Amino acid sequence: MRRSDFIYMGVLAALVFLYPLLVSNSYYVLVANIVGLNVIVVTGLNLLIGYTGQISLGHGAFFGLGAYISGILTTVYGFPPWPTMVLAMIVTGLAALIIGIPALKLKGHYLVMATLGFNVIVYICMIEMEELTGGPSGLSGIPNLTLGGVALDSDRAMYWTIWITAFLVVVGGLNLVHSRVGRGLKAIHGSEVAAAALGVNTRAFKIKIFVASAVLAALSGSLYAHYITFVSPKTFDFFYSIRVVIMVIIGGMGSIWGSIFGAALLTSLPELLEMVEEYSVLAYGLILAVVLIFFPQGLLPGLADLVRRRRQKALVFADEDQP
Amino acid sequence: MILQFVITGLTVGSIYSLVALGFCVVHNATGIVNFAQTSFIMLGGMMMITFLNWMHVPLAAAFLLSVLAVTVVGGLLERMAVRPARSKEPIVLIFITIGAAILMEGASMMVWGKRHMTFPSFSGDNPIHLWGATIMPQTLWIVGITVVTFAVLQMFFKYSILGKAVRAVCANRKAAALAGINVNRMIMLAFGMSGALGATAGIIITPITATSYDFGLIVGLKGFSAAILGGYGNFLGAIVGGLMLGVLESLGAGFVSSAYKDAIAFVVLLLVLFVRPRGLLGGVEAERV
Repeated sequence: MRRSDFIYMGVLAALVFLYPLLVSNSYYVLVANIVGLNVIVVTGLNLLIGYTGQISLGHGAFFGLGAYISGILTTVYGFPPWPTMVLAMIVTGLAALIIGIPALKLKGHYLVMATLGFNVIVYICMIEMEELTGGPSGLSGIPNLTLGGVALDSDRAMYWTIWITAFLVVVGGLNLVHSRVGRGLKAIHGSEVAAAALGVNTRAFKIKIFVASAVLAALSGSLYAHYITFVSPKTFDFFYSIRVVIMVIIGGMGSIWGSIFGAALLTSLPELLEMVEEYSVLAYGLILAVVLIFFPQGLLPGLADLVRRRRQKALVFADEDQP
Repeated sequence: MILQFVITGLTVGSIYSLVALGFCVVHNATGIVNFAQTSFIMLGGMMMITFLNWMHVPLAAAFLLSVLAVTVVGGLLERMAVRPARSKEPIVLIFITIGAAILMEGASMMVWGKRHMTFPSFSGDNPIHLWGATIMPQTLWIVGITVVTFAVLQMFFKYSILGKAVRAVCANRKAAALAGINVNRMIMLAFGMSGALGATAGIIITPITATSYDFGLIVGLKGFSAAILGGYGNFLGAIVGGLMLGVLESLGAGFVSSAYKDAIAFVVLLLVLFVRPRGLLGGVEAERV
């Protein structure tokens, strides 16, 4: 990790620690929890999209698989939550491996469509496998997580669970991108052929990072299921996949900190826009289009760039002022 | 029984074909996937309802006006969103079209509400009986319009100067510009055409399925699957892919399970992508590492 990362991490840790002390309304804690869950997914997805250059529109399915495996095994079969969570991550990882091996041979919009197709299939299965998943009306009564005999059944209890997990995922992600592996991933993004020529096993790298990002999505999904204690297919349709990719793009591809920003912005924004209800979808699309048109590198890097250029310009003018 | 399934399949398949053609036109001119095509389908139906049911414009005129309106929307999308984009990376452009699609769905929800709406078939609902199968008159309209559209599109790209110019842009943008072709205008034209094709599909299917603000999505994605199945970018492939997908889906729903009907198209999509990504008739080498 870079030195600046340590500073940002300190800031993030402070924000995470102070937030629940500052807000009294538990609804705001709930929104923050959803942000945290999305940070886990988006950080993993950014490793895939931003660093490796492979787009997946199937992460809603992996998120859903994590949630449903945890939900079904704990409610129908009475499995204990924590070990089931690990199991859900392993099974989802295997599913990602099976779909990833043929899919990651594809490039560009072919890969986008393959992952999207996978998501639609999983979504339809969630609706149609009614005796297992509860069909369109969903699966309820999922138990809360317990830690040392204490049930994590409140927004605040889950806040710490979710955000400590998210924090660890962010730290892991930062470590990964600044490691040898991370440089390999960036090389793939730059040019796959060149990376391969330099001895990077591009195929294995792509599949591993795809599986890893799917496992993170499953982790987030499991936490979601035990937190909300209810899952229904609508949450995991491919609009969720689109939303998390949008978070990556708007936050900035190839920027873990951008991802956190993107997840926070795009999760809380629709909540704030609820005030204008009908307009929320409209505004969402408009914001997406406008940001992508004018800040294609993402909002955070884009703004940083803007500030830098301003400052440079100011310096130039300052020089001209000298006699 | 089988004949009935095939007829149903060809009806829906024609719709997929038209949508697939729309995807191909934009892809051939720009190399991107225009996800807003999904909204064009919905907008076509909605415009038709507005002109026909609310403003009582005669059928043929309402049809033309609706197609024209969505064509303009398609052109505007290029002019207002795709052209000014700072990044020309395909993935950014694709997500701009997704943003536009969300925007259009939201706008449509505000204008027309969330209800399912429809209008009467073009020439009544008296079924025609043929070897034990029933054919609705609307089916004939759908298949007929698809065939005519395909023929017109082929002629346009083969014989007209404008069509040749669009093809030139697709072949080599720089060379086309050097030859004096206004590249931007040709791309705008392609987006307009994708609007017209999507709208046509949306209009002719609405009497059968009804439409709502989110109607275009699933039809649009199936149209895309059809385009891939036929060989992305290939017009004949789009038609063949669409019809095949429609028939497969109809047979699958009839003989296997109607619950998983919508999944069939996407299973086919995955199989094609994994086994033969250039599709059935694809001459172009699909991007594969």
